[in-house]
Amino acid sequence: MIESDRPSLDAAQQPASAPSEVASAPAHGSVAPAHVSVAPVHGSVAPVLAPAPGAAVADANDAPLAIEVRDVRRVYKAKGGPVNALAGIDLEVRSGELFGLLGPNGAGKTTLIKILTTLLAPSSGTARVFGFDVEKDLKQIRRIMNMVAGGEQSGYGILHVREQLWMFSQYYGMSGAEGWRRSDALLERVGLADKADRRVSTLSTGERQKMNLARGLMNDPWILFLDEPTLGLDVAAARTLRELMLEWKAAVPGRTVLLTTHYMAEADELCDRIAIVDHGRILAIGTSAELKRRVQRESIFRVELDRLDGGAAALAREPGVVSATPVAAADERTDRQGVAINLVLDDDAALSAVVGALSARGSRILGLEKSEPSLEDVFVELVGRGFGDEDEPDEHRDDGRSGASDDRDEHAE
Amino acid sequence: MTTFDLVGRSGAGPRQDAAWSPRQVLITNLRAIRGRAYPRWRGMFREKSWIFFEILLPFLQTAAYVLVYRSLHAPEAYVGFVVLGGVMSAFWINVIWMMANQLWWEKSQGNLELYFAAPMSFMSILFGMALGGMVMSASRALAILLIATAVFGVTFSVQSWLLVVLVFVATLAALYGVGMVLASLFLVWGREAWHLGQALTEPVYFVSGLNFPVARLGLLGALSVGVIPLATGLDAMRQLVFSGAPFPIGTPAPAIELGILVLMAVLSTGFARWMLAAMEQRARRDGRLTIRWQ
Repeated sequence: MIESDRPSLDAAQQPASAPSEVASAPAHGSVAPAHVSVAPVHGSVAPVLAPAPGAAVADANDAPLAIEVRDVRRVYKAKGGPVNALAGIDLEVRSGELFGLLGPNGAGKTTLIKILTTLLAPSSGTARVFGFDVEKDLKQIRRIMNMVAGGEQSGYGILHVREQLWMFSQYYGMSGAEGWRRSDALLERVGLADKADRRVSTLSTGERQKMNLARGLMNDPWILFLDEPTLGLDVAAARTLRELMLEWKAAVPGRTVLLTTHYMAEADELCDRIAIVDHGRILAIGTSAELKRRVQRESIFRVELDRLDGGAAALAREPGVVSATPVAAADERTDRQGVAINLVLDDDAALSAVVGALSARGSRILGLEKSEPSLEDVFVELVGRGFGDEDEPDEHRDDGRSGASDDRDEHAE
Repeated sequence: MTTFDLVGRSGAGPRQDAAWSPRQVLITNLRAIRGRAYPRWRGMFREKSWIFFEILLPFLQTAAYVLVYRSLHAPEAYVGFVVLGGVMSAFWINVIWMMANQLWWEKSQGNLELYFAAPMSFMSILFGMALGGMVMSASRALAILLIATAVFGVTFSVQSWLLVVLVFVATLAALYGVGMVLASLFLVWGREAWHLGQALTEPVYFVSGLNFPVARLGLLGALSVGVIPLATGLDAMRQLVFSGAPFPIGTPAPAIELGILVLMAVLSTGFARWMLAAMEQRARRDGRLTIRWQ
């Protein structure tokens, strides 16, 4: 098994829309402590932000572009009127990046992937994959890419697993012998070697998705499009799949992955950069840390003390302290002795003064943790609602607003 | 070497790897045909239920007609006609249910978009489906032929084996060419495909003269010979393998019908190619064909 240098997401493999998880234990991936509480969004809710200047595009001196999207729009005709799935997307993904499109169902992620994989024409705008135009150079793009979708049921149940992979190898022009060799090797790698001679129809969901990933890697693509690849998988299967993706990408420089997901933690863990998408628009682009910094205007700490003379109110009067509030009883850990305070500071620099003040008061610090916002907080800040609070589909019609989706509507019937 | 190392690539970069030579394109398409034919060929050995559903049940139908003709003291050639009709019906069933309906099923399974997103021509997928279907149906047809011949004692009087083989091959080419056209059409018509398949089964059997000489249908028979490969092929093969029949069994001469079949094969394949291109264009423009619910 691969030893990933990134933390596991076992506890955080939850849809972003799961309210209880979001409220109590947000997935902070590699950034925040495991038991940190949600960092509230302080201050007034900012209007929906456009991507910061320069954030949406890669630096000119960086690696060559794997994906270049310019003002791409996509309108679907529907009985109730035109539906804007993409409302002017600009995006650049560097070669070698693992780039995430994070957004709720219906944000337009799948539409963008379909355009980039040459399955759908943009209504307007231009999109290029490794410099090849999605409208004119379809064949070239198809030779160097592959795609895997979550919940994919592709192939034929009557075939054995290795036969299925071999069949797909033929579509990419491999010799028969090479197709068998590669099928067996990939099955070994994804942990399905013992299922190689079982019928595809007998595989579990997790096994099937591993096989799908092996199919997606069969032609050794330069760019792999993953559309919600861990959708519906259990924790262990999702973790294995994520590890495989990372290892595959790392094995050869220049391999690029575009991943769509609505699992916040997945994006946080896997992606070099993330674009937050909603209603067919990119609201922000950056690394996970950059995105979180956009919504964190103050420094938030949780401090545990053996005692605090004068209570939290006394601490709130210290310079640089915005607020100091005792941690609610419901949020207290049962093994904690003393008191716990949530401190909101102007910035990190104020912490040393606070520590000094606590020492002067005779308080001993038992624990100190910095809280960071989650990607959910970023999304709420940008959109004004959580992933789970989606609009009704008919609100996405082309009535002057942007938005709407293919991927939500896709499952409407 | 781990399996995640670079394989099958120049390693020079994506733009270089996207530049394929014409030979590479040709080889890929040939291998894609083999790849798509594979599940059908494999399924034939793996799923044995077809022996009951596609050999024994059709044989019962053939047997019923044979018994009717014999009870009416019809010329013995009619028995041979019915047997040959039963043999060829296996191909039409295959064309309707495993060619015409196939793309609709592929779409609902999510295969269609993977095929579109792969670098081979979609025609290779259709050729592969057709090739696999032919092998599949040929084994069934042969089984029906052998069983019926043995059970009913059919005797053949072959005029020209070469012509029989040519007509048979041309009939299959034309039939599967029509199947490729129907595959695109059925995909566009979507959910009605199932009904359309049913609607095309019995009427085509009838106008093809599956269980009687198509010449008996007069103008309708002549028309069907002109446009339906099954009718044309059957008529030609009957003329060739029952050359001593004591009554007129076909309209145009087998050589002319061979020409008609070749023309049908060429036209239908060309039309299928055009249909596919149009369908893909429409799919990309409207977003209708790769999205499962549409």
